[in-house]
This record gives sequence, C-alpha cells and structure tokens, in this order.
Amino acid sequence: MQYEAVIGLEIHAQLLTETKIFCGCSTTFGAEPNTHSCPVCIGMPGVLPVMNRKAVEYVVRTGLATNCTISAYSRFARKNYFYPDLPKGYQISQYELPLCEQGFVVITVEGVRKKIGLTRIHLEEDAGKNIHDGAVSESLIDLNRAGVPLMEIVSEPDLRSPQEAVAFVRKLRTIVRYIEVCDGNMEQGSLRCDANISIRRPGEKELGTKTEIKNMNSFRFIEKALEYEIKRQTKVLGEGGRIVQETRLWDSARGVTESMRSKEEAHDYRYFPDPDLMPIEFEKSWVDDIRKNIDELPDARQERFITQYKLPEQDAVFLIAEKAVAEWLEQAVSLGGDPKTVSNWVQGELTRLLNEENLSVEQCLVKPKHLVEMLELIDKGTISGKIAKTVFEEMFRTGGEPRAIVEDKGLVQMSDEKGIETIVDDVLNRNADAVERYKSGEAKLVSFFVGQVMKETRGKANPKIVNELFRKKLN
Amino acid sequence: MDIEHLAMLAKLNLSDEEKALFAKQVGSVIDYIGKLNELDTSQVEPTAHVLPIKNVFREDNIQDSLPRDKAMHNAPRKDENYYRVPKVIE
Repeated sequence: MQYEAVIGLEIHAQLLTETKIFCGCSTTFGAEPNTHSCPVCIGMPGVLPVMNRKAVEYVVRTGLATNCTISAYSRFARKNYFYPDLPKGYQISQYELPLCEQGFVVITVEGVRKKIGLTRIHLEEDAGKNIHDGAVSESLIDLNRAGVPLMEIVSEPDLRSPQEAVAFVRKLRTIVRYIEVCDGNMEQGSLRCDANISIRRPGEKELGTKTEIKNMNSFRFIEKALEYEIKRQTKVLGEGGRIVQETRLWDSARGVTESMRSKEEAHDYRYFPDPDLMPIEFEKSWVDDIRKNIDELPDARQERFITQYKLPEQDAVFLIAEKAVAEWLEQAVSLGGDPKTVSNWVQGELTRLLNEENLSVEQCLVKPKHLVEMLELIDKGTISGKIAKTVFEEMFRTGGEPRAIVEDKGLVQMSDEKGIETIVDDVLNRNADAVERYKSGEAKLVSFFVGQVMKETRGKANPKIVNELFRKKLN
Repeated sequence: MDIEHLAMLAKLNLSDEEKALFAKQVGSVIDYIGKLNELDTSQVEPTAHVLPIKNVFREDNIQDSLPRDKAMHNAPRKDENYYRVPKVIE
C-alpha cells in the first residue's frame, strides 16, 4: 500500500546575543561548567527577569526574513514542569500571542519550488544541560545554558518527504545565518530540529495519527530518521495495526527510532501568562528599524545570481547556501573573473578541498584574487586547465600566489610545437599496434595517445596543440 | 480536579489519607474561586497584567556571573563542577 507522509518541523535556534535572555550572564559556548550563572538564571526566589531587547529584535528580524506577520502585541507565558535542568520549575516561553505568525519559506527539491508555511516563531529560554556519564550513578547538571535565548520556529505540516524536510531545515539555517541571528551549528546544538510525522493514503484530507521524532542532530540524521519512521508506520498500518501517538528518539548508532515510553498523559504544562514580564507592543517605527538592518536575503541573492551573472539555477542554489561562499564568488567576479568559470571552480575544487580539510571558506588560504589571477594564466595559455588544478591545490595548501607557484614548480605550459611534435612522434612509434587499431575504427584511442603525451610531459603539454598534432598525423 | 494527577505534576507521593484530605481542601478552594463565575465577564478583556506597563527591556551587555562556589553553595549534592541529581534519563 502506498502512503503519503505528512511532516511538520519544530526548529529551535539559539540566538547570537552576548548575554542570556533575562540576565547579563554570558552565552559563550564551552565555558567551564556552572561559571555562567546568576540568581536570575538559577531561579533563586525573589529575582525578576528583564527581557533582552536584542533577543526580541532577532526573532522579529527572523520573522521579517520569513514573510511573517509581526504581532502588534505579544506576551510571555510560563510552561510548568519539573526537570533538574530547569531551575525555576517552569520555562518562560510563549503560548498565545507569539512574536511572529503566518510566514513561509521557499524550498527547491529536484528543481521544483515549493512554499512551506510557518505557523509561528516565538521566543523562550533554553534549559541547562544534563550529563549522564555512564560511570556515575547520578546525573550531572550544568546551568550555563539555562536562560540562553532560544527561538522556536514551527512549520505547517506542508512537508511531504524527508528530502523536503531536509531542504526546509537547510533553507532556514541559511536564512538565520544570513541575518546573523544564529550560527546554525547543529553539532553543538545551536540549531536543533524535532519532527511531527504521520502517513495517509494519497488524496485523503484527514491527517493520520502522528509521532514526534527527537534527537536528529544533523541533516543526514533528519533524512534517515524520517525515512525509517515512514517505513515503520507503513508496516504498522500494513499489518492492520494502529499508530500510537508518542515521542520517539532517533538512535543514530542503530538507525532506528525508539519509543521513549514516557507517560504521555503526564505532560500537562498549565501555561499561564508570566506576571513578571511585561507585554511587548510593536510600534511600526521599531519594526521598520529592524527591517532596515536586514541585508539581501538568500532568495533575492539567488535571483540576482541568475539574472545578473547568468548562472544556471542549480549553480545559484548551491552558491547562495553559505553567505561567505556567495561573497567569495562575488569578489572574484568583481575582480574580473567570468561568473560561470568561477562558479565551476567554487563548486568543484574549492568545495572539494574545503570538505576534505573540514574548513570553512573564511579559513581558506585561497583568496578570490588568487583564483582570478590563475584564470588569467589559463586564458593566456601559460598553464593548462589540468595543471591549474595542481596550482589551485598548492594555493590552497600554502596560500601562495599562482604566478610564483607556476614558476617555482616549473608548471608553465609547453606550447613549443616542435618540442611537442617530437614527443607525439615518439608515442606513435612506440604504439604501432594502437595506431593500427585506431585506423581500423577505434576512434576513442585518441585520448590514450594524448594521455601518453601528458604523462611524458607531466601534464604540461598544451592539450590543444597535442590534439591538433595527433589529428594531423593520424588522418 | 483529580488529586492524583495534581500530586503527580507536583512530584508528591501522597498517602490515601492525605489524598482524601487534600481532595477536600483543594475542592473547597476551587469552589470558592468558582464564585467568580457568577460575574458576567463577556465584555471584559482577560487581565494578564495588573500594571499598565509594556516594553521593559535591558540592553545586551555582559555582567559578572556568580562565582561557581557561590552559585552552588546551597546545592544538597554537588562536586567541584556540577550539581548532582538522581539519575534522570527519559
């Protein structure tokens, strides 16, 4: 039986403020445990929270960047539950009247664009960290993270496949990084994602019973966990069973989702408006100021790359995903690089080497001007396109200038026709049988001959001249 | 109001006698507050805050945190770096 998946996501993004949401403690990641806490964030009696203006502005900035309506009036609520990482016994969050509502983002999957609705974006405080060290019989609590501002983005159940879900998270990550409100680091947990997922027969209007999937801390795990869960639910229904509404944890080591078996009925958060925090009213001028601080957004940049640089959509989608990569390309183009050629190098060698070394483009030693200078060397025929890869890799390892590398390593292209001809003749003489086969119709042997010359000259022979010589001599 | 549900949310273990006693006491409190239902509030905005104050903010400036030993001073169980609590794994 074929089923259709219906997926909605909840994304938690830590905001890049200097201080916590309700107190002046630092939010720096990786500090010594329990050194960033104060009476407010460890829930001492009698203390009062005061809202960090920047945290509110960052959420509104995100709302504006995702086509949301900014609420004219917004307030905060207490979500009551007991857990050791939550010092007050309640989390300050939002229930009714969140900061932003009814937005959307556009994703592209396999060339098809799709609008994904956002139900709401609200602001809340993060909890502390529990450490369950196998060797210790108790849990350890670090409250440095307690009170770090957290933005929760809730999507509509508009996603229909794990691939769409991943594209959606990628898009939101790109946006929050562009507008500099969250670093988007999934490994460190500054961007986290939970999913609600159910399945139904195609064409059916009503939603099936959903499960909530947690603990998917990478794009790959989101895809794998949702694929697994769709298979699991399909199997349950196929065997005539019923889906149980529950929370399931993704176990990446075993590649399965597993029921948390917690008492679901135990959750009763008894939300009520927090009397310690005053409501927020947005004057139009304040929202306008926040809007003014938003630079070009990823979608606009994508369109511009297509119209201004005449790049294929596929290139543009790739290039804009990381702001720093897009800016790297723009610099190279402004220095005279051909957009499509630069795009190919960025998507090819640059990305390959960055991934190999696990570096970001900001850490990269090759600067846009180095690439442009190298491309000029290709255009002038000083080096071949093949040798350029060697030059590029050398620039990547050492940060050297392309001209200096070409001279030091003796990589200048061999364009002396007489010299190349000697080698070409030599290759033909040594491979008389291949020449026979070529003449009897094996046209693809040309690349074998060219390869032999390249081997002989360590890639330096001008490929254009080599090809011409072979054509002349063999026909 | 289910007194067992309430006790569970408050992480309290109640004896049967206590359950009966508290059910009666909580019940009478709720009945008393129920008097408010006699008022017609259909034309009244729900009051979330009693003071007419809005937009109270602090700027995003770092202030000193508590030294760790001070912050953890009252913790019943701790080590050098962490609070220690009974194992919690959901």
